[in-house]
Amino acid sequence: MTKSLLTEIFRRPLGAFSFLLLGLLYGSALLAPFIAPQTYQQQRLKSPYHPPTKIFYDQGSWRVQKYQRTDLATATYSPVPQSSAPLCFFAPGPRYSLLGGILQWDRHLIQSTDPEVPLYLLGSDSTGRDVFSRLLYGSRVSLTLGIIGLSITMIMGFLIGGLSGYYGGFYDNLSMRLVEFLIAIPGLYLLLALRSSLSSYFNSQEMMFLIVAVLAFVGWPATARILRGMTLSLRNCSFVLAAESMGQSTGKILTKHILPNLLSYLLVTATLSIPGYILGEAALSFLGLGIQEPYASWGLMLSQAQGMKVFKLNFWWLLTPGLLIFLTVLSFNLLGDVLTDIVNPKEKSRT
Amino acid sequence: MIAYIFRRILSLIPLLLGITFLVFFLMHLAPGDITSNAKLARDIPEEYIEAIEKEYGLDQPFYTQYLLWLKNALSLNLGYSWTYKIPVAELIQPRLFSTFILSLSTLVFVWVLAIPLGVLSALYKDSLWDRITAFLAYSALSVPEFFFAILALYAVAQTGLLPFGGATSFDYELLSPLEKIIDRGYHLILPTLVLGLNGVASIMRVMRANFLETLQADYVRTARAKGLLPTAVQFRHVLRNALNPLISSFGFSLSGLLSGALIVEIILNYPGLGNLMYTALIQEDQFVVLASVLMSGTLLVLGNLVADILLAWSDPRIRIQ
Repeated sequence: MTKSLLTEIFRRPLGAFSFLLLGLLYGSALLAPFIAPQTYQQQRLKSPYHPPTKIFYDQGSWRVQKYQRTDLATATYSPVPQSSAPLCFFAPGPRYSLLGGILQWDRHLIQSTDPEVPLYLLGSDSTGRDVFSRLLYGSRVSLTLGIIGLSITMIMGFLIGGLSGYYGGFYDNLSMRLVEFLIAIPGLYLLLALRSSLSSYFNSQEMMFLIVAVLAFVGWPATARILRGMTLSLRNCSFVLAAESMGQSTGKILTKHILPNLLSYLLVTATLSIPGYILGEAALSFLGLGIQEPYASWGLMLSQAQGMKVFKLNFWWLLTPGLLIFLTVLSFNLLGDVLTDIVNPKEKSRT
Repeated sequence: MIAYIFRRILSLIPLLLGITFLVFFLMHLAPGDITSNAKLARDIPEEYIEAIEKEYGLDQPFYTQYLLWLKNALSLNLGYSWTYKIPVAELIQPRLFSTFILSLSTLVFVWVLAIPLGVLSALYKDSLWDRITAFLAYSALSVPEFFFAILALYAVAQTGLLPFGGATSFDYELLSPLEKIIDRGYHLILPTLVLGLNGVASIMRVMRANFLETLQADYVRTARAKGLLPTAVQFRHVLRNALNPLISSFGFSLSGLLSGALIVEIILNYPGLGNLMYTALIQEDQFVVLASVLMSGTLLVLGNLVADILLAWSDPRIRIQ
């Protein structure tokens, strides 16, 4: 099934495009410390708002242009003529661990050899940190939070929605009233209230998990309601009745008969609702209620991009996190539509 | 019908009770209360703080505090804002008005633009125009609202075409009534554009799909067969029926706007309800938060009610039970 699904995705140009783009994003998030020329917290207070450095080929090697700040007030930089440093590939740098600490390494894909000539592929932010490296580290937070939150939502949605659809009666009534109540509250307000009231019980590292939990808490009611409806109709199917009359236990019926029939729906919903989590985290971090400095996330990085100074002096590279959020959300939406098309060809695509 | 509306409004009561209680509980969990700042200031006497604590029942358990707040709210006393030093009702009124006109202008913008665009792309299905609008709509649906707001501010800062945030100019009070309206409208353009983009994209696509689906209906074929002009078929028969499912989403988009406006209001510095609620939450200004929640909850339910009534009005087949 997995293999045929992949072939189906790749048979459609939009599917292949979005799948590959997502693969690229997640792959670079996984290998972030290796690809990033600098760490996410490396500051250079002498070069804030540094423009992206020019890379050129000369004297048999790739070289990084050196810049100097010509105006302190407006952070204007100009290239220093005849002054550059060679780029080196796979050179040793700060140590890091990959794949959750299994692999320890100190090689970096690309680096500038001269510490006086920093390599800023996408410029630097207000404290001289490399935007490109921070984007890579930030993608780890922004991209994984969505998936973890989604898994919690799906499990909760299945447990509550599935069980209330299966049992009906009092339990059904109770959980559906709760769901209606939670849906009636505007999600972002609930997020804000939950986050600000619970924040004092967690330190900044645990905050990431708090955000996931809060996002999942806001997200599960809608899933639960739909899954309840689907379970309700499956419940009266003859194969479920047959399993029941043969004395199979409720847990078995739920996991062996009902869950597999919900899978295709779950797959599509999951793909289409991941953007919601990514946007939720980005919005929270943007408002200063999510990931905290010095850690990086796309929403947090984007919050640096507002302000008169950035707008007037055209520090466009600070907007790149927004572009990445856009690309990620777009790919998930496209992939979701392609999946709908594959799983349920009769139904027209959502938009 | 009247009984139905009455019942719907009655159902508002438990919902609002639940929401305000939840917010009250969550704010109670957060450290600090309305007197925290006053306690830190050295020039405020102890007795004064104690008097406040007594008045709002801060020494009582939180459910007693909630009941006290409820009693006050029922007699239209929404409390006092500790940040702005004025009664909450006075604070909320202009904010509510700002948010309301912003929602209204966004709704008008979205529907006036999206319906014709959707119909056009359905009429010229698979043309270049259809493809371009489909692509634009898809992109618009994937742009996070806050990113779009920043981009819009960026453009405004570079070109200087529109005002940079706010709802009125600084000399608003000195203007004549007509100039006041123009000034308000001028400040509304940017937030309306930012808030409306998403709605235009989604409603346009839904309109297109509905229109195409209705074109296949039997009565459309009948109308064509009896020799009606294509324009008459398209506008008298198809358009009216294709609009039906969208009408119910009208009310929902009203309620959705109120919650979606929060971030846009903050970034564009628009003095609306969402902006007020956010700052109040951060500053632990409890009564302001509760009053904002009360207002936006009411608007939300009223929006849904309007949606249901509109649907019944537009489609006689749907009987409200």
